[in-house]
Amino acid sequence: METNKRYLVGVFDDEDVLLKSVKKIRNSGVKIHEVYTPFPIHGLDEALGYKRSRLPIAAFLFGITGTTCAVAMISLMLGYDWPMIIGGKPFVPIPDLVPVSFELTVLFAALGMVATFLITNNLWPGKKPILFDSRSTDNKFIMAVDLSKNKLASDEITSILRNFGATEVNTKLVEEEVVV
Amino acid sequence: MSQVVSPVREPLVIGGKTYADVTEDVCRQVEGKPTKLWLICFTLALITLGYGSYCLFYTWWTGIGVWGLNKTVGWAWDITNFVWWVGIGHAGTLISAILLLFRQKWRTSINRAAEAMTIFAVLCAASFILAHMGRPWLAHWALPLPNTYGSLWVNFNSPLVWDVFAISTYLTVSLVFWYIGLIPDLATIRDRARNKVSKFVYGAMSFGWDGSAKTWARYESVSLILAGLSTPLVLSVHTIVSFDFATSVIPGWHTTIFPPYFVAGAIFSGFAMVLTLMLITREVFNLKEYITIGHMESMNKIIMLTGSIVGVAYITELFIAWYSGVQYEQYAFLNRATGPYWWAYWSMMTCNVISPQLFWIRKIRRSVAATFILSIIVNIGMWFERFVIIVTSLHRDYLPSSWAMFYPTMYDIGDYIFSFGLFFTLFLLFAKFLPVVNMAEVKAILKSSSAKVAEKRGAAVQTDFQARPAFNKDVE
Repeated sequence: METNKRYLVGVFDDEDVLLKSVKKIRNSGVKIHEVYTPFPIHGLDEALGYKRSRLPIAAFLFGITGTTCAVAMISLMLGYDWPMIIGGKPFVPIPDLVPVSFELTVLFAALGMVATFLITNNLWPGKKPILFDSRSTDNKFIMAVDLSKNKLASDEITSILRNFGATEVNTKLVEEEVVV
Repeated sequence: MSQVVSPVREPLVIGGKTYADVTEDVCRQVEGKPTKLWLICFTLALITLGYGSYCLFYTWWTGIGVWGLNKTVGWAWDITNFVWWVGIGHAGTLISAILLLFRQKWRTSINRAAEAMTIFAVLCAASFILAHMGRPWLAHWALPLPNTYGSLWVNFNSPLVWDVFAISTYLTVSLVFWYIGLIPDLATIRDRARNKVSKFVYGAMSFGWDGSAKTWARYESVSLILAGLSTPLVLSVHTIVSFDFATSVIPGWHTTIFPPYFVAGAIFSGFAMVLTLMLITREVFNLKEYITIGHMESMNKIIMLTGSIVGVAYITELFIAWYSGVQYEQYAFLNRATGPYWWAYWSMMTCNVISPQLFWIRKIRRSVAATFILSIIVNIGMWFERFVIIVTSLHRDYLPSSWAMFYPTMYDIGDYIFSFGLFFTLFLLFAKFLPVVNMAEVKAILKSSSAKVAEKRGAAVQTDFQARPAFNKDVE
């Protein structure tokens, strides 16, 4: 099922104005759908009330998976499957495990975390993004407000956005599939 | 919030740029038709690549007997070139990862190109690894794959196997790091694209990036962790490369100083290569407001520091050879400095130890011409360093009857030319079709570090200064 959703799109020129007004706009009872910016703005995620990303935990888990795989692989190959006598040294020499285990830890952590990042953000090659304003990847800071999720009337929200520094407020219809 | 920056700091972006200017200046060369200069350079690179490919193909087809190797010198230009290219690659990761952890904002305008350089340099290095195997179609034997010999596995005690893991991990992680950084900028190009082809290509490549606050927050966390992972990774890669030599029993190789000495040398030559490329890029693409003299000076300072570390390492090696009392070690170093390859040793010493000391002079550090020449001299010196380490340690064996000299053949030279062709072809393609400056990151520092803001802040400082006497009077 497809519906048209109406959004109000506030355009800001300055990231500091935006950052200050996000909290104020939320306090005045407007539910912000999302803010789109051309570069990362520190503190914006907190102002919008987002939780801290758990990606570091994912990276750590992928990392220890890598270490475990490497240590298990080397020990099984050299210690169990085909033990080789090399200068009378132990079959599974701990110091010699370090370089490969380290590299695989980094490899697993990096690839796993990036894959998690792409999946959680639903980013994939060829995906078509919903752009409220194409200038959001250039020089404008865009605040989208979903009218169907707000109790306030469209005019009220427009004036709130303008009061807190939006230089333009536009309406945008977005065709999107209803997420159940 | 924009951070507070000291007014005495040099602005990182000059010329009063706005966010839109950044987009415009960087996208211009991506969107425009290739310039004549670019086409000429690209043709030259392709010719170089073509000739090099012939030589490399001949080497693969005939075997490494076409090189000037003999029974005493079994490693020469192949490993020299490999270590040289891998070393060059290190600067990219240092700039994007280590400088990110140290919060060095000047990295933002050069990190993209430096990371691209890393990837291309590691690819060039890999071509020598494949070539020196002699039978490159059996390269997968270096991996722990099940095989028909009752699964005789690779020897994990060997630094050569560690190298396989280190280099392939390094290439993969660098590539991923670079691409994740590219996605927001590709989205910028996508949103500006007018024709169908670029809309489709940049649309597909930008993964549907929309720049939402949530994505950016996660993106920042990914960048930080990737930087945290890449930092020990980059240090480990050249450490492991140095293990190829250090764990052997060849006098001149069997040295514990090798890992830090190799890492410093890698950063040294890498920064020199970044400078060579960036000084051309800023000129050709008119990016002088983003890659400023200040950037050049910062890089020259790093070259001076790492060059000095390398110099200390050379002298330490000499001292330890004498102090150890090991005849073989002593002879290896005496032979380096005064033997038949004395010219290589002294070229290395001049280019790597003496020439970077010129950067103590501020005028030279800030001169584009001097920096450009010195950056090339440094890389010549670093090539000689690897040549000296490899060939002069090998060519006079324990038995004088097996002493030999190494003379390169046209295929030694041709395979080296191949790597240059590959490197410049890839770099020129990158420079034309992808944004050479990280737009998103430059925009993020614009408020705190651009000339405009510095001016304002300078004015504020001045008024503050003028106001002070009055304040003092009040106190009195």
